[in-house]
Amino acid sequence: MVALQQIAEHPASVDPAGMTIDARGVSHRFELHGAPLPVLDGVDLRVEPGEFVALLGPSGCGKSTLLRLIAGLEPPSRGRILADSRPIQGPDPSRVVVFQDPTLYPWRTVRDNVALGLEARGLLRSQGHRIDEALALVGLTGFAKAYPHQLSGGMAQRAALARALVNDPRLLILDEPLGKLDSLTRLTMQSELVDLWRRAGFTALLVTHDIEEALFMATRVIVFSERPAKVTADLRIDRDYPRHRGDPVLTELRHAILELLGLAGTW
Amino acid sequence: MSVNDTAAGLMAEDGGAEGEALSASGIRARFGLAAAAGLWFAAAAVTALWPDSDPDAWPRTGEFASLLVVAGGALVLALPFSLSGVARWKPVTDRLVAAVPWLVVLALGLIGWEILTAKLNLLPRPFFAPPQALLEVYLDDWPRLLDCFAASLKLLFTGYAIGAALGIVTGVAIGWSRAVGYWVHPVLRLIGPLPATAWLPIAFFAFPSSWSASVFLIALATGVPVTILTWSGVAGVNSAYYDIARTLGASQRFLVLRVAVPAAMPHVFVGLFMGLGASFAVLVVAEMLGVKSGIGWYLQWAQGWAAYANMYAALLVMALVCSGLVTLLFRVRDRLLAWQKGMLKW
Repeated sequence: MVALQQIAEHPASVDPAGMTIDARGVSHRFELHGAPLPVLDGVDLRVEPGEFVALLGPSGCGKSTLLRLIAGLEPPSRGRILADSRPIQGPDPSRVVVFQDPTLYPWRTVRDNVALGLEARGLLRSQGHRIDEALALVGLTGFAKAYPHQLSGGMAQRAALARALVNDPRLLILDEPLGKLDSLTRLTMQSELVDLWRRAGFTALLVTHDIEEALFMATRVIVFSERPAKVTADLRIDRDYPRHRGDPVLTELRHAILELLGLAGTW
Repeated sequence: MSVNDTAAGLMAEDGGAEGEALSASGIRARFGLAAAAGLWFAAAAVTALWPDSDPDAWPRTGEFASLLVVAGGALVLALPFSLSGVARWKPVTDRLVAAVPWLVVLALGLIGWEILTAKLNLLPRPFFAPPQALLEVYLDDWPRLLDCFAASLKLLFTGYAIGAALGIVTGVAIGWSRAVGYWVHPVLRLIGPLPATAWLPIAFFAFPSSWSASVFLIALATGVPVTILTWSGVAGVNSAYYDIARTLGASQRFLVLRVAVPAAMPHVFVGLFMGLGASFAVLVVAEMLGVKSGIGWYLQWAQGWAAYANMYAALLVMALVCSGLVTLLFRVRDRLLAWQKGMLKW
């Protein structure tokens, strides 16, 4: 494990609205054609309230699996994951996931998609006003009645974000949410996501392949090894927001991470 | 400014050219409409003026000729509307103009049918009846026909509704629960391919009335395809849809009713269409063999009395009713699945 000293003096912003995640010795394996396939190997990870943690690693290393475990969609094969010091028993609306595909329900309008969580928990009547707020937050006010197939990729992902945020999550789990967007939309939405996180104060966990994206958005970057994934580095990115893509400190960090991933030769 | 002027000029020219093209095609359309009207009048003339080979056989010849005159007259009346170019009439007149080839062929067909049957008596009677014989059935036997169609529709709707409802419930249950799938899937595989009519002898024996037996058979014919398609629809739902709903706090009930069922709806409708076709077939067979009313019984009864005109008349109405029911199902689907991208409109 490589430790890197703090680069700047600004402490990470901490907000009590965010959730603490504490993964201890988490291992996980899948069955593939009858043979066990280990994907996570003794991962220890503590995420403090209000942190924005990016998980970086080679493709298929098991980062997304870790997110599924934290979301409660599957139990880990070994180890424990605590959310606010309580073991995760299953999915919970305080921990909401935004996937790489927006996975909006095609038979529902944008508004009804955003309403999904409130409807599922029977809160539509008491908290229905939050839907319009969430749509306004992601800039989709005029598209409430549109169907998903009428949206562009970026708009669909914004709708998926609104569907998550309307539930007021304490942990927002982002599984490569910008991975399939064109590069311009991607850059715009990186800034938007950071703004949303800074305003709402939730804890954010982001899986990404994009080192620049991780450095632009996160307060901490965790680097994973090849499958089965182990934590190989835990970097604190103490730079002020809004950040600048040309920041030489970030460039230096980017070099360091490329080296960790065995890609220093491409620099 | 000069660029704008040029653009305006170009647009004006374009508009003019388009107007001329329209009027040329408009003249052709009106000519076609007039020709069709002429042919319908010709059909009326052949029917009314050419004496029947057997003068007492077809008492409704005059009425039929009048009907043809009315049809020709309606086409003539439509001519000024298509000439006027009033926007309000355009959808109607456009459809009429599009139908001109059919109107021509229909008129020619009626003339040929009339000549071959009533006028020259070239086709063997009573198997071939002239068109006025069908009109005679509608004018004289309509109460019985109406009764039969009402009875058939009641039977069809009862059986179809039961079959569709049970099919959807069973399909969702197989797709959702492994235990239900374990027990129902083999039964479905064994019984599904069997045509529902094969159960007919047992059904008439086992059920208290032939009507309830027919309801069972129609429900079976509808239920099997609906079950299989619903099941495949539920089984094919993107698992990420469930993940999303689960992280947002959805219960099992919500996952079934609000995620699985709507996601499977396009498949369910394929099953409903297949079931509708199968239910028509079973309906007619059941009525021919057991039920003492309905359109199948009417066909059988007409054949027994060698009343072939009644049979043709009933078949024609039946074709219209079945086609109407399919159209109705398409309308329901279009309404419920309006969210689908690039859906086929009927």
